[in-house]
Amino acid sequence: MSRFPERGRRAGASRLLAAAALALAAAPAAAGPLGLGRAATPAEVAAWDIDVRPDGTGLPEGAGDVLTGEEVFAEKCAYCHGDFGEGVDRWPVLAGGQGTLTDERPVKTIGSYWPYLSTVFDYINRAMPFGEAQSLSPDEVYAITAYLLYMNDVVDDDGFVLSHENFSEVRLPNEDNFRADPRPDTPLAKAAPPCMTGCKDSVEITARAVILDVTPDADEDSTAGISVD
Amino acid sequence: MSEKTSASRRAFLRTGLAGGLAAGGAALAAGAARADDPLITDLEAQPWTQYLGDGVDAAPYGLPSEHEAHVVRRNVAWLTADPVSSVNFTPLHELEGIITPNGLCFERHHGGVAQIAPSEWRLMINGLVERQLVFTLGDIMRFPRVTRAHFLECAANSGMEWRGAQLNGVQYTHGMIHNVMYTGVPLRHLLEEAGLKGSAQWLLPEGGDAAGMTRSLPLEKALDDCLIATHMNGERLRPEQGYPARLVVPGWEGNMWVKWIRRIEVGDRPWHHREETSKYTDLMADGTARRFTWEMDVKSVVTNPSPQAPITHGHGPTVLSGIAWSGRGAIREVHVTTDGGINWHQARIEGPSLDKSMHRFVYEFDWDGAPLLVQSRAVDSAGFVQPTKNALRKVRGVNSIYHNNGIQTWAISSEGEAENVEIS
Repeated sequence: MSRFPERGRRAGASRLLAAAALALAAAPAAAGPLGLGRAATPAEVAAWDIDVRPDGTGLPEGAGDVLTGEEVFAEKCAYCHGDFGEGVDRWPVLAGGQGTLTDERPVKTIGSYWPYLSTVFDYINRAMPFGEAQSLSPDEVYAITAYLLYMNDVVDDDGFVLSHENFSEVRLPNEDNFRADPRPDTPLAKAAPPCMTGCKDSVEITARAVILDVTPDADEDSTAGISVD
Repeated sequence: MSEKTSASRRAFLRTGLAGGLAAGGAALAAGAARADDPLITDLEAQPWTQYLGDGVDAAPYGLPSEHEAHVVRRNVAWLTADPVSSVNFTPLHELEGIITPNGLCFERHHGGVAQIAPSEWRLMINGLVERQLVFTLGDIMRFPRVTRAHFLECAANSGMEWRGAQLNGVQYTHGMIHNVMYTGVPLRHLLEEAGLKGSAQWLLPEGGDAAGMTRSLPLEKALDDCLIATHMNGERLRPEQGYPARLVVPGWEGNMWVKWIRRIEVGDRPWHHREETSKYTDLMADGTARRFTWEMDVKSVVTNPSPQAPITHGHGPTVLSGIAWSGRGAIREVHVTTDGGINWHQARIEGPSLDKSMHRFVYEFDWDGAPLLVQSRAVDSAGFVQPTKNALRKVRGVNSIYHNNGIQTWAISSEGEAENVEIS
């Protein structure tokens, strides 16, 4: 507790010891500096610790095949994402889009953009179906994930079975196209001090928002084909 | 389209101009003989002077004046699929100083607003720690606490403007930001309480909402300046801002400031979850993507005048006001131009200059009534200079969505109306 002033640390030492003694009754392990909080039980950790990493850490035991996944997807996912992951209205498109990342309008899907399959499993498992999070069984999540791989042409066999055992063998096509943050990628002040006077000869307006007026309060519904998320 | 557009722009400006014109008419007569103002001479026109007002308990939790009812967050319906997983925008053009009022802080939820009673809230720390712990809110309030002002900017703020000027209103072009005085516990204290193991390098903060929001956070940042905040601007967090506790990650993109936080896992490598792979990665023109682009770079914008806040008083003394911020430190300088960047002027930083906090700048000038091209350009304490939008596009293309900190231009007409434009 280095942010405690020295004086406060000494004065509070006996109180801290008393607090630590109380905490010890609940926590078998040695208490922390302030003795606050209590030990988490194994069941509590298991209930909340559901995250999955690219190396497969955190995957539950289970398995599911493409055809089962298609059935579960049609029942629980297609309402928003469409039968083939094409996306209804502005809900996310999940399949296709390969080769479009340099296009004027890239289509970023699991197959075209996402680097790791573990992200798919983790997200479905924690947050889907939208409005009914964490209601799917592990086998259902494996099955849906297998179906998403099939729809994205990552596997081409509709008998493919995805499980905790073969999960880490699957690679998504775009994994190698992610880079570390290279900023600064524009000049710093010491390299290029900002110009203050006579910085250019003339100025012209090159674009106006009214040309493509999508500002709310306009009389019409508008879709500019952009998304913030 | 153009007919509808100008109609909607007129509607947009009507309320603002009506008030201003009345004032302008009165000013015109200042020198000459003029009629007496009934708001001064006629008692019946000033009922507040004659009759009693409400008593002290009319509003136990006070609300803004009824005349400020237009000062609200607004959303852009077409941006997202559903309001439960959507965003609205802070009305920057209606605010002054550096603090955003709690009820006007923009919202971004991925699974709606979780409603959690303080007594039902728990925070778990698990993973690579000596002691896996569970804290109640009462426990959190017994840790040493600090109070600091920080901006929170969504990485996608101004994201709609990558392809060109789109939205006529600073609320929409720049309103995914707020600046709040947080009170909370340094995350370092909680991690020390659990005891970090030697292999610990990354954290996974997790929200308790129906989106189960997760982001990978490097341990170094967590130990440096992150907070578990319980209060904003002196009162408890608002539900839509993560009540009863949220993560504060100063200077870094807003998505990482996990609301309704329920768990922090300690690990040895990042998790690569949805919000740091599928989303919040920056797609470049060559098809590669940048990941873990955490810092929000130096940025500024003129909030008045702007399309929602035209100049209504005519030529003469004019106050230009705006905001600047940087995720890499404090703001050192803000430059303002009214001629589209031919000549720049030093703006005055008005009010507190705090680390990773919003700054207010003002520039007073005598407007001759000629059309203006107004811009602002900020320089931060790390030496970063706010770039032009075209400089960013040259490096990053137009599909990166996130981290658009380019210089904003407002074209001001001789009538004082403002429009979002881009210039050469």
